Amino acid sequence: MIRRDVIVKNEQGLHARPCRIISQVAMNFQSEIKLIKDGYEVNAKSIMGILSMAASKGSVITIIANGSDEREAVEEIANLFETKFDEE
Amino acid sequence: MIVKRGIGINVGIAIGKTFILEDDAVIVEKKVLPREKIKDEVARYKMALSKTSQELELVKSHVLEALGRQHAKLIDAHSMILKDPLITKDVIGMIVNERVNAEYALSKKIEEVLKKFEKITDTFFIERKNEIIDISKKIIQNLTNKKPNIINQINKPVVLVANNLLPSDLINISKSPYVIAFCTNLGSKTSHTALFAQNMGIPAVLGLGDITKIVKNDTNIIVSSGENSVIIDPTPEMMDVYIKKKEQLAKSEIYLNRIKKLPTVTRDGRKITLMVNLDRDDSIDEYKNMNSDGIGLFRTEFLYLNRDSIPSEDEQVNVYRKILTSTPSLPIVIRTADIGADKVSNIGFKDIISETNPFMGFRGIRLFLRYPDLLKTQIKAIYRASLDTNVHIMIPMVTNLDEIIQVRAIIDDIKKELYAKRITFKEDIPLGVMIEVPSAALIVDYILDYVDFISIGTNDLIQYLLAVDRVNQYVSNMYDPFHPAVLRILNLIVSTAHKKGKKVSVCGEMASDPLGAIVLLSLGVDALSVPLKLFLKVKQHIRSLNYDKLSFLGTKILNESDSSKVVEMIEKEMIYEFK
Repeated sequence: MIRRDVIVKNEQGLHARPCRIISQVAMNFQSEIKLIKDGYEVNAKSIMGILSMAASKGSVITIIANGSDEREAVEEIANLFETKFDEE
Repeated sequence: MIVKRGIGINVGIAIGKTFILEDDAVIVEKKVLPREKIKDEVARYKMALSKTSQELELVKSHVLEALGRQHAKLIDAHSMILKDPLITKDVIGMIVNERVNAEYALSKKIEEVLKKFEKITDTFFIERKNEIIDISKKIIQNLTNKKPNIINQINKPVVLVANNLLPSDLINISKSPYVIAFCTNLGSKTSHTALFAQNMGIPAVLGLGDITKIVKNDTNIIVSSGENSVIIDPTPEMMDVYIKKKEQLAKSEIYLNRIKKLPTVTRDGRKITLMVNLDRDDSIDEYKNMNSDGIGLFRTEFLYLNRDSIPSEDEQVNVYRKILTSTPSLPIVIRTADIGADKVSNIGFKDIISETNPFMGFRGIRLFLRYPDLLKTQIKAIYRASLDTNVHIMIPMVTNLDEIIQVRAIIDDIKKELYAKRITFKEDIPLGVMIEVPSAALIVDYILDYVDFISIGTNDLIQYLLAVDRVNQYVSNMYDPFHPAVLRILNLIVSTAHKKGKKVSVCGEMASDPLGAIVLLSLGVDALSVPLKLFLKVKQHIRSLNYDKLSFLGTKILNESDSSKVVEMIEKEMIYEFK
């Protein structure tokens, strides 16, 4: 199991487009992937789950992956946050 | 009278009667299933999911075609909700583990998500919440196979009032010619409802909160989307004010400019090729701004008129180059000059006497083949101006095959000459002819073997076919574009061309007449070409039509012997436009 904390850096927070990107990327992995914000846990493959976190700019999110490709999964999803989902 | 404010989409005014789309409350019962039925239940659920997904794809293709990629992404968010593990896995998990029916499992799971959304007050998320509700409703509709589809049953012009519109409702609205505007309780500027309204170009006011609770069915209503407002049960004075406002708006620049940016598609999303007719080279800028599909007819007579010499090859090259490079990728059809006897005597052909019947006389290709140098100069100039353009050449007044064969031979000579001089040109310039004489129409199958395209000149075709001189006051009332003979000959031309895999355009006046355009499209004409001045009007007209209905109309009018009945049938098709 791998975990890593990331910060929401893009201006508008996790609105539809970033949520869609995260869930689409997450679906490419075998591992079970979770996102946690303030103790609230959602499936990273669920766009509705991610949307329901309502994470705004500055929120801290913990990514946890468990499975055969957990390292790559965390790496790639963390990178999305880092690059602000190519927004600005 | 009550005035309500909301979010207006499009600038427009609609005046009509309300039609309330009842929000069918979904009552989901819990059923516990026997173990052996679980497999079927999961299959039933999966079937409903794939049906819903297909419907979304349909919506997406509509949006994509009319509004472009950026907007279709919003629909993608919808399909992502459908693919969400919560819907694909968790619901199935619940069906299997708790042995409950799919409707119940789905509504429970959706309820859970929505609870989480409740705490969020941001408008953006409220919109997403509505999308999730829409999708789940849609799935349940597909599970229960309950197709309300009331919109299809509307048969008079209405202003549709609803709580919220599902994508499938919106498709039905776009297919129904009778919905002249709509108002909803929910919806924001970025909702799919807004996008669809934009695409259809009809006035809509969204986010009205409680309009469905305030209005009753069949009440007078004014929708003024430019003012973000609706007026329920207006006073007669208010009604008069808005009838005037509506007339002014139709003429206003804002309105026409908006139409300019919209694609030429029918309400049900069928793209219609709409081109312009130009008869000079001085309106090029206006043409470029019009966002048309090209020039369907560039008349060249102006080059020969009001002068006493023939335009030189170089002079013509300059004019054609200017036209052709204005929109190099769009098709531009240059018609060789259709000049008659009276116009030629000025430029040095003294042996021509005045004719008693010039319409049946020495004009068009007849004259140019008698003086082949004129034709040669013109075609050579077009070839010299043709490089990296989408030029087409069209011959007027063709009555037999031999004329086309002679023109082909002249073109071959010109090409050889240009090769010899090492002048580069576009190799494969399509050659077409005007079909404007009944004899050409009746042998159009032979003609099509020699040309790349045809264009129907309805003005001349109708007057030759009916033997009616339009300027003769004693018979001009017999000039009738809806005469069964006209419809038959048009049908013959179009169907023959399509059998040979070739396109037909129409550049006559019939194309810019509202009823005429309906007839032409219903008979399957591929492109209309209209005067620049009328372009936006015709485009607006096309955007109000329903293509599916038109093709049906085509067979109906071909079986009608009375032209006044034909007109009645067509008028029925456009009833909503004048209401």
